[in-house]
Amino acid sequence: MAERVVENLNQALHALLADDPALTVLGEDLVDPYGGAFKVTRGLSARWPERVLSTPLSEGGIVGVAGGLALAGQSAIVEIMFSDFVALAFDQLLNFASKSTAMYGRRVPMRLVVRCPTGGNRGYGPTHSQSPLKHFIGIPGLSVHEVSPFHDNRTVLAGMLATGRPGLLFEDKVLYTTRMYADGVVDELFRYDLIGPDADVARIRVDEEEQADCVLVVPGGLAARAVSVARELLLRDDIVCQVLVPSRLWPLDSDNLLPPIARAGRVVVAEESTAGGTWGAELAQVVHRRLWGSLRAPVRLVHSADSVIPTAAHLERTVLVQDTDIHQAVKEVVSGD
Amino acid sequence: MTATRTEAAPIAPTRLADADLDLLLLIRHFELALLDMFGRGELHGTTHTCLGQEYVPVALRPLLDDGDFVFSNHRGHGHYLARFDDPHGLLAEVMGREGAVCHGVGGSQHILRDRYLSTGVQGESAPVAAGVALHLKRTEPGRLALVYLGDGTWGEGAVYEALNMAALWGLPLLLVVENNGIAQSTPTDAQLAGSIGGRARAFGVDHLRVTSTDTEVVRAALTPVLRRVRERSTPYVVELLTHRVGPHSKGDDSRRPEEIAHARAHDWYARYAQAYPEQFGAHDERQRAYVAQVVADVAGRPASRWAEADRG
Ligand SMILES: Cc1ncc(C[n+]2csc(CCOP(=O)(O)OP(=O)(O)O)c2C)c(N)n1
Ligand SMILES: [Mg+2]
Repeated sequence: MAERVVENLNQALHALLADDPALTVLGEDLVDPYGGAFKVTRGLSARWPERVLSTPLSEGGIVGVAGGLALAGQSAIVEIMFSDFVALAFDQLLNFASKSTAMYGRRVPMRLVVRCPTGGNRGYGPTHSQSPLKHFIGIPGLSVHEVSPFHDNRTVLAGMLATGRPGLLFEDKVLYTTRMYADGVVDELFRYDLIGPDADVARIRVDEEEQADCVLVVPGGLAARAVSVARELLLRDDIVCQVLVPSRLWPLDSDNLLPPIARAGRVVVAEESTAGGTWGAELAQVVHRRLWGSLRAPVRLVHSADSVIPTAAHLERTVLVQDTDIHQAVKEVVSGD
Repeated sequence: MTATRTEAAPIAPTRLADADLDLLLLIRHFELALLDMFGRGELHGTTHTCLGQEYVPVALRPLLDDGDFVFSNHRGHGHYLARFDDPHGLLAEVMGREGAVCHGVGGSQHILRDRYLSTGVQGESAPVAAGVALHLKRTEPGRLALVYLGDGTWGEGAVYEALNMAALWGLPLLLVVENNGIAQSTPTDAQLAGSIGGRARAFGVDHLRVTSTDTEVVRAALTPVLRRVRERSTPYVVELLTHRVGPHSKGDDSRRPEEIAHARAHDWYARYAQAYPEQFGAHDERQRAYVAQVVADVAGRPASRWAEADRG
């Protein structure tokens, strides 16, 4: 059986620290024996005590320190304990790290990744469950990625650092304990491959089926949920749904997302965040502009409710995107024409 | 520990080496020329001059070497000129002309050259400089990261996050506070509770307050501080009580006439002119003429270009 996502991330960090003596990993409560709030950094400080640092509770300051290391030609990976708190580092990301790549009139490499455990469904309540990714969309010089069970995190993190641009890596907390997919196999019905020159987009489909009734595009955190919806749709409703999971959300990888969407002519984009200024809305805008002639239905977006995220499980479910919401959206889009 | 170096009763300023005087005067005339051009509508955007505060970077100049990082702020022309002696590149940057240090993209308050960086968000550079200091401590011991801050910038939380980490991790981080008694329009006593020394002390960070505006006196006071930061790899806060002789930016001085007169009375420029009229007169004239030449040269250049490959 393939490893768990948290192990894949942990191994990725081990490998990167081993490969790159200029890399520092820093964040709150990272060092052993605690090893980080979600145990992603377990074992790192024992091997590299000088380069794996537990910091004070200072999200802005930590990202600033990482920006300083990057400015000095080093590499840095920061862990923000809960993505909600990346709000406290917004200035460093918006006004320093991303700006510095260009505002001095020449390209300044900034090898910096900020990892953000994100999302709900764990009962952590209104300030520890949000998906603030959308607030980082459209910032020049800043890339936004999300962990998925299809993308190896060593490749993702090394690729992000190699761009010389700062990036955010959102990690849906429900993924940590789930398993990575391996060898192109999802289950007995579905297969996956990684498409595009940089293998950035995971494409999940029924065997070699090229033609789908609908394409479902989701960030990595919703990937397993999207796959289970696609399975239900196939078995219960006889709807063939292809799932696309890009690793890099921003800048948008339209070259790899648009062709399958054009073939199906119908697309649903699901995100766990609330609606309003989202990645999905940006994707919808591009699809409408570029594929207007080949669309059979308007792009359909699925979001969580416009609400704070309650703590109690039965209440949380009423707010966050559920499989049934995605299922329903696909059915409506497919039957609507 | 807090210490204060106070200048004795208003005695004559120390006679300066020609090179120091020239640098002070270069900065002074550079800033005056900018205000002049703004007044004539020849510059757009904004700029913050360091009139009255020129001696701070001049005093520090021989105490720094090229391997040290300097983080400047919005009021940074003096910091830049003391490091690079390049009025052409700086003016071209402010004017958006060919030869601009950053191709005209950064302008007056966003400059990066070698190990010198300025940016326009108050306090933001302090943690960045702490990160750089961490790197220096690991790979280039003996070098330091210096951050220039105003008194008003002590309202920003980033400063305290940086101080805390610098103290915990023993980072060679030198905070140079140019306390000119005002932040834009707000007097220090209306925006800063307690004192900068008290705040440094709360982190167990040494603090030195210098009240003199005499380049040599300030330099002598700072020499052991920089040595200590280098040798012990430790943060330090130096607070220079200084006087903003000009407006905050272009014409926005809302101080009462007597407050402005008070700042002027402390201006090193007039005092030095009075103490050493011969030395001063010749150098002042020469630097004024030199800056006029720089202005004529740069103003005659074509617009700067920002190549596609340089766009990040
Ligand atoms: C985060 C932030 N807030 C506000 C400003 C606008 N601003 C620029 S300079 C300044 C006053 C700074 O005062 P001080 O730190 O004392 O420096 P001084 O101007 O006196 O040199 C303000 C409010 C800014 N640039 N950055
Ligand atoms: Mg001030």
